[in-house]
Amino acid sequence: MAEATMRIFRGEGETGKHVDYVVPLVPGMVVLDAVHSVQAHQAPDLAVRWNCKAGKCGSCSAEVNGRPRLMCKTRMDDLPLDQPVTISPLKTFPLIKDLATDVSWNYRVNKKIPPFQPRPGVEWKMYQRDVDRVQEFRKCIECFLCQDVCHVLRDHGKKDDFGGPRFFVRTASLEMHPLDGADRVPLLKKTLGIGFCNITKCCTEVCPEEIHITDNAIIPLKERVVDEFYDPLAKLWRKIRGAKTA
Amino acid sequence: MTPKYESHEYDVLIIGAGGAGLRAAIEALAHGARVAVVCKSLLGKAHTVMAEGGLAAAMGNVDKADDWKTHFRDTMRGGKLLNNWRMAQLHAQEAPDRARELEQWGALFDRTDSGDIMQRAFGGHTYKRLCHVGDRTGLEMIRTLQDRGVQMGFDVFMECTITRLLKDGDRVAGAFGYWRESGRFVIFRAKAIVISTGGIGKCWKITSNSWECTGDGMALAYRAGAELLDMEFVQFHPTGMVWPPGVQGILVTEAVRGEGGILRNKDGERFMQKYDPKRMELSTRDVVARSIYTEVREGRGSPHGGAFLDISHKPAEYVKRKLPSMYHQFKELADVDITKGPMEVGPTCHYVMGGIRVEAETGQSSIAGLFAAGEAAAGLHGANRLGGNSLSDLLVFGRRAGLAAAEHAKKTTAPAVDQGQIDEAERELLAPFERPEGDSPYQIHHDLQETMQTLVGIFRNEDDLKKALAELEGLKERAKRMRVEGSRLFNPGWHLSQDVRNMLIVSEACTHAALARKESRGAHSRLDFPKTEEEWGRKNHVIVDRSGEMTLFEVPRPEIPDELKQLLAEEAVAAK
Ligand SMILES: Cc1cc2nc3c(=O)[nH]c(=O)nc-3n(C[C@H](O)[C@H](O)[C@H](O)COP(=O)(O)OP(=O)(O)OC[C@H]3O[C@@H](n4cnc5c(N)ncnc54)[C@H](O)[C@@H]3O)c2cc1C
Ligand code: SF4
Ligand code: SF4
Ligand code: FES
Repeated sequence: MAEATMRIFRGEGETGKHVDYVVPLVPGMVVLDAVHSVQAHQAPDLAVRWNCKAGKCGSCSAEVNGRPRLMCKTRMDDLPLDQPVTISPLKTFPLIKDLATDVSWNYRVNKKIPPFQPRPGVEWKMYQRDVDRVQEFRKCIECFLCQDVCHVLRDHGKKDDFGGPRFFVRTASLEMHPLDGADRVPLLKKTLGIGFCNITKCCTEVCPEEIHITDNAIIPLKERVVDEFYDPLAKLWRKIRGAKTA
Repeated sequence: MTPKYESHEYDVLIIGAGGAGLRAAIEALAHGARVAVVCKSLLGKAHTVMAEGGLAAAMGNVDKADDWKTHFRDTMRGGKLLNNWRMAQLHAQEAPDRARELEQWGALFDRTDSGDIMQRAFGGHTYKRLCHVGDRTGLEMIRTLQDRGVQMGFDVFMECTITRLLKDGDRVAGAFGYWRESGRFVIFRAKAIVISTGGIGKCWKITSNSWECTGDGMALAYRAGAELLDMEFVQFHPTGMVWPPGVQGILVTEAVRGEGGILRNKDGERFMQKYDPKRMELSTRDVVARSIYTEVREGRGSPHGGAFLDISHKPAEYVKRKLPSMYHQFKELADVDITKGPMEVGPTCHYVMGGIRVEAETGQSSIAGLFAAGEAAAGLHGANRLGGNSLSDLLVFGRRAGLAAAEHAKKTTAPAVDQGQIDEAERELLAPFERPEGDSPYQIHHDLQETMQTLVGIFRNEDDLKKALAELEGLKERAKRMRVEGSRLFNPGWHLSQDVRNMLIVSEACTHAALARKESRGAHSRLDFPKTEEEWGRKNHVIVDRSGEMTLFEVPRPEIPDELKQLLAEEAVAAK
């Protein structure tokens, strides 16, 4: 039977190393299946998160051969199996154990974003053309792969000053909601530090939901920040035309 | 209480952060209760996130003739009249408001041309009724509820598993659990508890369910003395993926058929013509699942033992827009382009109609202070659930249970927690570490899935069910000697050992009830009793723990009032 070597990170807190496990291959197998096989037969205490095994919940994020991916959507037969498949936890977040990291920081950032606030007296009518672009943002499954890959967080550790791509997507979904009336632009500039983003697009490249994070969320939000803080006329113009469609 | 444990005190403790739990939490908060939500995964990852097709609510945005009465009738007929009529009535009446409420909290459903919430056709629903967002409705719903709850201020205990309910005499007093990350114990004292822990699909080998669906809430309630109802009714969804093996069981949403998908056998025959010529592919799930199974058994299946489901006659752009995750799922996992050719599909264990027996209006169980809602509760769906009726169930009865729990908490004093029960819960959790040898929980789980898959599946008979009970006895014995390795720090083997105990309880309940129901009705098909018997339509099965013995008895189904009986007899106006 064909086999593959899984080189999986094992460790807790600050310490650990990669350990090799050989698993039998099954047609159509994904990386998460291989990890489960290790768990069931070789390392019962191997820590890994997953839920849906169908790319819908965003739990099984890890770095497969150095690339941030969902393990349940990464086919084994798409990987070079003549060498070990290296699986490591997300680097940007503190390690708990093996492949599980502490992602609680994301939940704290999320709390800072003012929720949806319908404009007073709105009529609950919306048209598909107006919701299309917001629905793109709402596809986010919170896998945090974009957060993992963004150099502002990964290499510069700016967790106190920068919200990260996931939360620009979330802010965009609220700011561009056709019926929303809250203003999150000051938050974007100050608390979420959108200015730190230099549009490298690494986040867009790893997003499993194929959300155009930079083009559709970050750049329009940056424009709003510029308008509001540096170009009051443009801001006024946006208000006249209807803030939410600009 | 000893300071040895982390402990918390709340008015209302909600176990489970799927749609039902989150909706309950929001309502309890709105009524002034202090609320904690506990869940096994991270917030927002509960099974509800996977729901695809939509939520059923008779809003009449697309088919103007729709109303609650038709939804009520469809639900009762789909459930083969074994449903709790009052629940079915409340559900049909309140679902539209619950859907609109989601929109007001920021959810963005697909739209009609006139700017309203779009609705699609689904099996067993007379009219286009399912509010949806492409094929990711559950994600939209859970995110909306989660944001709302966080904003209102509930405390969330994520990656925390409850292993036992604590009691003060006859009423609930709280719950005992552990943090999955650290393995440390935690105690919750609460005046009221809502169980919203979802389903039991992980007892079967081929299932659409996530690892969380291990029947914990039902087992917790059962062990605390509550009654379970209708446990024989387990829904096998007709369309799960069958190939490649790694993806077996993953759901193919009914929305594929709702959008016009056609089922064929290997000879190209549209076989639903034989089984339900009127409703064809949009017949109820029990019928479609049995039809596919029968085609396969009689040698007309697809190469990997399923049927072909084809949507490729629709324009490719349309398919990608209405079924984006199905498109990607097949492309990435099975190398099939569904805009060009058919998918291979077959039945997969999907949903349990049975669960904790509750009062229709409040979700109150047979134990004071203990409520249940969502898939963990029973009654609404009877012998078979219609697609889309779960998401609406979560909202309607989640809200009701949250409200009733908050009201209950206002009326009661703080319960006392008994140290003896805590010590016992702790002993039980640690025992698997202390055994020098024994089976691994993975092995027992694997064997349990084999038993349930082969002996308590779509078609059942007395011999199989008896054999299943005997095998379950053996598995229970092995589970008593289960052994786990490693430390308490984020240890999935240890976590599974707790889930296995719960799965054994619900599997046994299901098998007992299936053996006792000597007829075929809805999702329960007995080869040895193929007919639906009127007599059996008047009774439900209750399962309860009587001094350590799993005991089953019959209760009369609540009598349907005359005006609703009348409704059931009428025919709906044909869809426009
Ligand atoms: C793939 C798929 C697609 C579906 N599509 C649809 C659809 O389109 N329309 C529809 O109406 N229905 C659909 N369903 C069914 C529906 O999604 C579920 O029935 C519903 O989401 C269940 O919700 P719930 O709130 O009851 O529980 P769940 O969402 O299952 O949540 C259970 C919660 O309980 C927690 N929990 C469990 N045990 C414990 C414990 N011991 N301690 C602490 N926490 C615990 C879990 O962590 C989780 O947070 C679908 C189901 C599947 C599998
Ligand atoms: S585009 Fe901006 S947010 Fe995205 S990875 Fe680059 S710096 Fe980070
Ligand atoms: S935006 Fe994309 S990559 Fe980032 S968390 Fe959401 S789904 Fe994941
Ligand atoms: S397990 Fe849900 S996205 Fe991979």
